[in-house]
This record gives sequence, structure tokens and C-alpha cells, in this order.
Amino acid sequence: MERIREKLRILADAAKYDVSCASSGSNRKNTNGGIGDTGSGICHSYTEDGRCVSLLKILLTNFCIYDCAFCISRKSNDVKRAAFTVKEVVDLTMNFYRRNFIEGLFLSSGIFKHADYTMERMLAIVKKLRLEENYNGYIHLKTIPGASQELVREAGLYADRMSINLEMPTEAGLKAVAPEKSHTEVRRQLATVNHQLIRFNDERSMIRSVPKFVPAGQSTQMVVGATPETDLQVLQTAAEFYTAYALKRVYYSGYIPVNTDERMPLLNSQPPLLRENRLYQADWLMRFYGFAAGEIVNAAQPHLEMEIDPKLSWALRHPQFFPVDLNRADFKTIIRVPGIGRQSAQKIIATRQFGNIYVYQLQKMGVAYNRAQYFITCTDALNRYTDKDPQQLRALILKTVQSKYASLLAPQLALF
Amino acid sequence: MPHLITHHSVVQYLFDGSFSGLLTAVFESYAARHCHVALFEQDKARNNFFDPVVIITTTPEKALRVWKGLKKKLTTALQVEYYSAFLAEDAAVMQQLFNYARFVFDHAAGAAANYGHPAVMAVQQMAQKVSRERHRMKAFVRFQKTACGLYIAAIEPDYNVLPLVRKHFKDRYADQRWLIYDRKRKYGIYYDLHAIHEVLIEAAAAGTVVHAAEMMLDASEALYSTLWKDYFKSTNIQERKNTRLHIRHVPRRYWRHLTEKQLG
Repeated sequence: MERIREKLRILADAAKYDVSCASSGSNRKNTNGGIGDTGSGICHSYTEDGRCVSLLKILLTNFCIYDCAFCISRKSNDVKRAAFTVKEVVDLTMNFYRRNFIEGLFLSSGIFKHADYTMERMLAIVKKLRLEENYNGYIHLKTIPGASQELVREAGLYADRMSINLEMPTEAGLKAVAPEKSHTEVRRQLATVNHQLIRFNDERSMIRSVPKFVPAGQSTQMVVGATPETDLQVLQTAAEFYTAYALKRVYYSGYIPVNTDERMPLLNSQPPLLRENRLYQADWLMRFYGFAAGEIVNAAQPHLEMEIDPKLSWALRHPQFFPVDLNRADFKTIIRVPGIGRQSAQKIIATRQFGNIYVYQLQKMGVAYNRAQYFITCTDALNRYTDKDPQQLRALILKTVQSKYASLLAPQLALF
Repeated sequence: MPHLITHHSVVQYLFDGSFSGLLTAVFESYAARHCHVALFEQDKARNNFFDPVVIITTTPEKALRVWKGLKKKLTTALQVEYYSAFLAEDAAVMQQLFNYARFVFDHAAGAAANYGHPAVMAVQQMAQKVSRERHRMKAFVRFQKTACGLYIAAIEPDYNVLPLVRKHFKDRYADQRWLIYDRKRKYGIYYDLHAIHEVLIEAAAAGTVVHAAEMMLDASEALYSTLWKDYFKSTNIQERKNTRLHIRHVPRRYWRHLTEKQLG
């Protein structure tokens, strides 16, 4: 019992810097009378840092032949090493799943001996789960850089999601801290899986029995704050990968210093949590709100504002777009208003078929009226603010809206 | 003496609190042409002395007619919302559900999308709260394996959400027997590999439904609950500690039934 406890501690601890915990987007159902299914995703718990715990996120091993400066498991680090057997991973997954602790397995690994040797073992685990345990829960598989295309394609028959990390937002940034890795290799693997996905989907439209292949799609992750890229570079890379490889998600991981290395931020320096949050907000704007990366940041302003969120920032830079008339504007326009999300926009449009929209209704529909009031008109809200200078407006909003990041913006005050 | 009541005055309805009772009340209000109804649950009634009182006798046939009528007017999603809001077991919401049904019947199809109407808004908002609780229970159920292979879990949800999660658990855990028990409402659902049964466990006669021997935990249980607690600690990133966020996601009232929040 002590040995398996120690292994789990080491290999969960080393896996936690991968931020993805998504368990949604797959369509695998329990059709074989076995166990498990997938759907809209469930966070079964939350760690004390407030992150979702949805999957059993572990490394197969933290032995690694690479020496990446940002990684706790790099070859030159003197850390305790461990490796799970195939059976141990399968037993843990099944026993956690049966107790409703998890939605599934997130399996990643250090590179042990060489890429294919590691990938083969990961493949053995997912095959055993699917074929011997009749397990239909979620599996997120990190592919190993350098693994052969055949192994990657075969793994795709059993995994719900596959991913491989860009690590740093640009090739130059990556080369500086992980000389053995490259974006070219990441692209090669994402393309392999994406081609196969397209092929299977084409075939499925003709032959129904085509097996599932990575039904929840692919994702990747970038570390921010370790290397000097701007938010413009980060978001451009994200936008390019979203289109080129049809990614479901790009994750941004604020760098937490784990190693002493002159190429990296100092140990004990604060992880850039606020920047990470702003990047996710910008990512949402790109995926759900019809914003292009170039609208959010540009060459003149290559960084996201920390003080206000990117939608508000865009709104203040585009006064000519406002006020938006909620009794008339279309959905695409309404969702650009700060303080109005997609759900409230849908409610506004549904409700106005029955009559004009009033402020008290907006508040009940979940609109953040505090913020939206400056950018809209409706039946009883005449816009009083758009004649204001954007700087004045900004000051006014900052005064009325309490940021939950106030302590991060003024760290010296956080002492009290 | 319903014939003495004019359609302008407020009439107080006393019903039994059941879903069929609510729908029967809607039926009776049309039959008796009562436009202004104040709905009260028997026993809990806070009715006044001045307005006339009608006692509603729950009648399944009448309830079914009303439900069929609502189904014609509401999309499947809205039907689920309506039932979910009912499961909140909240007196004010019962009144809104009554008003909602009347509003929907009195207007052309599609009226339920009018979020400007107070009953529509109230029902939708309560349905959202219940749905959140339903989702939480999908997440927070923690099974323990007993010596004879039954997986058991206790919950204390804010609302009566077991009816909303039974299909989820049946689909997912099709190859194991399980029991989820709502300690607040003193009933549970039990899956025997074929179907789900509603079960009541009387404190005095616990043995009648679940055999006492089954409550002995399986030998593997200690290992996996320890490993889960270890995992929960290991996957935390100390540098990002954010207790407020943690508690917002996992409010303290749920901790008691969460394996990972137990000491040791």
C-alpha cells in the first residue's frame, strides 16, 4: 500500500502543471452494458487552489530523457522518480471511476528510454481500459513528441481527446528553454490526428459503423510568463492553431517557477495569474463572441490590459460602436456589449418579441447592468454616457466595479 | 360555496404539495373560473381569515389533462424546467408555477419565452438553481463499496434532485449495484442491475431494504479512499492557493459527504 501511495503522490504531483481538466465534448455512451459514459463534463471536486478536479491526472512515469528548463521532471533535476505499471493505472482509474470520484483519466508521461517505448505503454493502458474493462468514461491522452504516426493513430481509436503541448508561445521561445523540442514536431502530430479525424468523419457520413476517433478533438497548452512573448504573439499563435488544426481548446498556463535556471523566472516569484485570466477571457472572445485576435490586441497595444477585461477594453477603444439599442440590435452586436453574455443576449432577443425591453428586466435576465449601462439604450435607458471621453468613462467604471483582482493590481496593499 | 365567489376576488386554494396536486389546482381554477388564486400547501398554510378557501383534492386524471395541455405549449426543455422548479419544494415558487401555467394557457404558444413576465422569470430562475444542484449531485456523490459489492452514497441536497439524476447514474454505472440515499428527505434510489427502485430506510428497520451485512465495507475501500485523499492533496498547486474560490465551488455544507474533505 505504501508503494502505490508514494507512486501516486510523485506522479500526480508531476502531472498537475497540465491545466486541462476538460471532460466534455465527447459522445461515448455506455452501450455495451459496461461502465461509464461521457457528456457535458463534470467537475467532481475542486482543489484548494480552486481548480476543477475532473480527471485522474497522472504521469505514467516522471523518468525523462529531456532536459526542458520549465519542467519539474527534467533529466538534470534531482527528484524522486517513479513509474506505474499498466495494471496499476488501470486499477486506479477503474476504482476511482466506480466511486464517482472522477470523469476519467488524463494520462501523460515523461519520455522513458525513447518516444515509441513510452507511447506503446500508454497505448496498452487505454486498450486494456476499453477492451478488457468495458470502460466508456473519458480518456485524455497526451501524445509523446517523436512518437510514430502509427502509434498515435492507433491511440486515437481509444482516446476521447488527444493533446500535445506547444509549451512556449513561439518557436524561438521554446528553443531557448527546451532545445530538444520544436513546434514543428507539435504541428506534425496535431496534423496527423487532424487528418485522421477528417478522414473518419468523411467515412462516417457514408458508413455508420466507422469507429470513433478522438471524438472530443485535440487541444494544446502554452506556458505564459516564462519567456518574453507579448499577449499579441500568444493570441496570434492560439488563433492560428485553432484554425489550422481545428483545436477544441488552447490552454494558457501561468508559469510557476519549479527550477533554478538562469533562463527562467526566479523561484518563489508570483505566477502571473491575472495575465493568465485575461488571456482566457480573450480566448473566450475569440471562440464565442466573434472577436478576431487583432481586435483584442494589436501592434500598437500588444499586451492585454490588466486593470480591465478585454471586452471592456475593446469597448472603450471603439466608442463609435455604441450605444447599442437593445430593442433592435442583432445577437452579434449585443454580445459585444460589456456586461452582456450570450445567455442574456438570447433572453433579450426572445423577450423583445413580446414588447420593449426595460431596465428592470435586464437586471433579472442576468445582465451586469452596472457595466452595461454605459453602452446601451433600451426603452427606459437613454444613453447618458457615450458623450463622455473614454478616459473619463473608464475611471467611472473602475470606481463602481470592484475587481476581484484588486489585491493583485496593488500587491503592496495585500499585506494588510 | 364556490358559487358565492366572484371572479374578481382572491380565492385561497389548499393543496397537498404534490405535482399532481398543483396541476389539479390549475384545473379547478379554470373549472370554477377563479382568476386570482392564492395557493397554499396544507399544514404549512398561512392563509388568512377573509378570503374564501377551496380545498383541492388531488385527482390524477385532471392533473394529467393539465400536464398534456402544458406539453402542447412547452418545449421539452421548458417542461423539464417546470418540473425542476417544482422540485425546489418552495412555497413562493409553487404560486409562480400556478401563475405560469395559467399564463401559458391564456396566451398563444411561445408565451413561455417571455422573460419579462414575473412567473416565467421566477420559474426559470428557480429551475436554474435546481439544475445547478442536480449537476452538483452528479459531481459530489461519493460511493463506498460494501463487502457484497453494493456501492452506497449519502447526500443532503438543497433541493429534491434525485428524480433528476437517476437516469445519469443508471446509464453510467450500469454494471454495478448502487444506492444513493437522500438523508434530508429520507428516501433513496437503488439500482439492482436491471431497474431503479425508490427505497425508504426506516431507522428502526434498516435491515428490511438493505441487508445489514451489506453495510460492511469492502476490504479495498480503505485503500482507495486513502489514495483518493492523497491524490486530492498532490494535485493541488500550493503557489496558487485560493480558498475563496475553493469554497465557492465546494460550499462547506457538502464537505461532510465528500471523501476528499475527510481528515486522514
